[in-house]
Amino acid sequence: MRDVSIIPLGAHPRDIRLEDLKAGIERVLPVTASVVMHPLDIDVALDGSRKQYHSTSVLTLLLGRSELSSSRLLGITSFDLFVPVLTFVFGQAQVNNRAAVFSTFRLHNEFYGLPRSGEILAERCLKEALHELGHTYGLRHCLDYPCVMNSSTYVEDIDLKPPDFCLPCRDHLNSVL
Amino acid sequence: MSAFDPSDITIMIVDDEASVRQSLEAWFEDDGYTMVTAQNAAEALQRLQEGTIDIILLDIKMPGMDGLALQDRIREFNSDVIIIIITAFATVDTAVRALKAGAFDYTTKPVDPDELSHLVRKAVENIRLLRENKAMRESLDQLQYVDDIIGQSPQMQKVLELVKTVAPTDSTVLILGESGTGKELIARAIHMNSRRRYFPLIPVNCGAIPETLLESELFGHEKGAFTGAQYRRKGKFEMAQGGTLFLDEIGTLGLKSQVDLLRVLQDKEFHRIGGERLVKADFRLICATNLDLEEEVKHARFREDLYYRINVFTILLPPLRDRRADIPLLARHFIEQHAKAMNKPVPELRSDAMDVLLTHNWPGNVRELENALERALVINQGSAIAPDDLPVQVGRATAGTRNTTLAEIEKEFILRTLESHGWNITRSAEQLGIDRVTLYNKIEKYGLKRPE
Ligand SMILES: [Zn+2]
Ligand SMILES: [Zn+2]
Repeated sequence: MRDVSIIPLGAHPRDIRLEDLKAGIERVLPVTASVVMHPLDIDVALDGSRKQYHSTSVLTLLLGRSELSSSRLLGITSFDLFVPVLTFVFGQAQVNNRAAVFSTFRLHNEFYGLPRSGEILAERCLKEALHELGHTYGLRHCLDYPCVMNSSTYVEDIDLKPPDFCLPCRDHLNSVL
Repeated sequence: MSAFDPSDITIMIVDDEASVRQSLEAWFEDDGYTMVTAQNAAEALQRLQEGTIDIILLDIKMPGMDGLALQDRIREFNSDVIIIIITAFATVDTAVRALKAGAFDYTTKPVDPDELSHLVRKAVENIRLLRENKAMRESLDQLQYVDDIIGQSPQMQKVLELVKTVAPTDSTVLILGESGTGKELIARAIHMNSRRRYFPLIPVNCGAIPETLLESELFGHEKGAFTGAQYRRKGKFEMAQGGTLFLDEIGTLGLKSQVDLLRVLQDKEFHRIGGERLVKADFRLICATNLDLEEEVKHARFREDLYYRINVFTILLPPLRDRRADIPLLARHFIEQHAKAMNKPVPELRSDAMDVLLTHNWPGNVRELENALERALVINQGSAIAPDDLPVQVGRATAGTRNTTLAEIEKEFILRTLESHGWNITRSAEQLGIDRVTLYNKIEKYGLKRPE
């Protein structure tokens, strides 16, 4: 339960230092994270007409790689992700299961016409990573606004929450980890 | 009033495409709703007979009976269930027909996650009102989500009484209190006990955002509003739609922003920067400040008309030194909370350490107390917490405070914090519980200098 692999998907996500992400995750969660050096090709998950990647298919791809043996697989990609019906998703995870993925595509300030900031991007990535990992450890969305498990549908929502879990969510994590 | 439990709400997805059903089901399950799916009209009607469904997300184009026909059929025997139409091609025609036939709303595929989430929250709020009316409106006898507000002192009981009074009204609230007294917790308690609680509480720290960025931050902007604005960006006014906008440190708001804010409060609508369309401003406003606003008005630093508009219902949060009776309870709470977060056993607090806590003057208020105990827990290695574990010493801050002003205490406190962090601004600001801009301002204000 306590080992997490961080797996770059496609080209190495630009502007983001995976070592920092690893350190951030380990600071907040009692897990050991490691960065898998070989990026995974996810081209089969590309929907040509939408020019986005189907995130559920990405999760399936992650689970299909037998050499990835850690208990939690966290994919990170710079491509935009979607599920049918929705215009996009920041990320997706299996609740109480191994695989999770998130995209940096809409986490960049530049995407919103604001000055580039590596600091803000790193912070958003960490929150997304913690949020999706939280799902894999059985957490649902939290109604408490100051909790990383609060659902985010807009990037400003992500900025509002801290990179940490509220007490009830933390209790749950302590009970499974 | 009971706490909101999303699993009390059952949502049915009716769509012939399996991938659509699965992704929506998973998406709403993450929010904790109870989910049911149906792949055609017949199955949907079957599910409606089996149990209560509160919300239906209905696809119009389905083989066999289409969505609009199904809606008509459902309306023959069920007028309560909320139907949201999702269509691949929105024609004005079908949308109007759907709404006329009693649909709650409609949206087009693919739908923006934010829009979908907002639609469903609106529906949930409707259901709640309906249920409340059915069960006769009970009065607000117990506050929810106030576990973090610790205090049995008469002063704090008074505060909670005020929260209880004002929460269910839609009145603007002004929270006054020194930094660190927990003004945001009070704002949150008001929000979570109001009818707006299914919508977000959006905090804005006016002191932390430079005046030049504040306009875009509050109003948002349209795609192409200025160079580099490639996408529409939502401002805080819009994010708070349906919910509560919490303007912390409102006293630091610049004069131009004050005018902007006043206009929005008066017109109840606004434009995004570079936008033509008027957006409705539907939020409750809660403001907080540690400044004496009347004094600010006198010196023309704060507009009088804005002051009258926000000063409707005031809650004064007492400083910690005026409610020392709450210190033991607060201490216990913070020790337990941080021990839990650090995954450590909860240590005892020695009585001489408690004496230190009880006699310290706490210029940084509850936040300072929390930081002191968090630090003590880091230092402490399993035994009971002793005076040495505490960053405050008996008598040191209390001695002579009678002749010192609050500003002097603050200056001293900030200087000490900076020194203990080797003048690392980020970490010092964190410990002080203020943002970096505020800290820089204070350093300048007090003329603090880093030793050479
Ligand atoms: Zn989520
Ligand atoms: Zn939580």
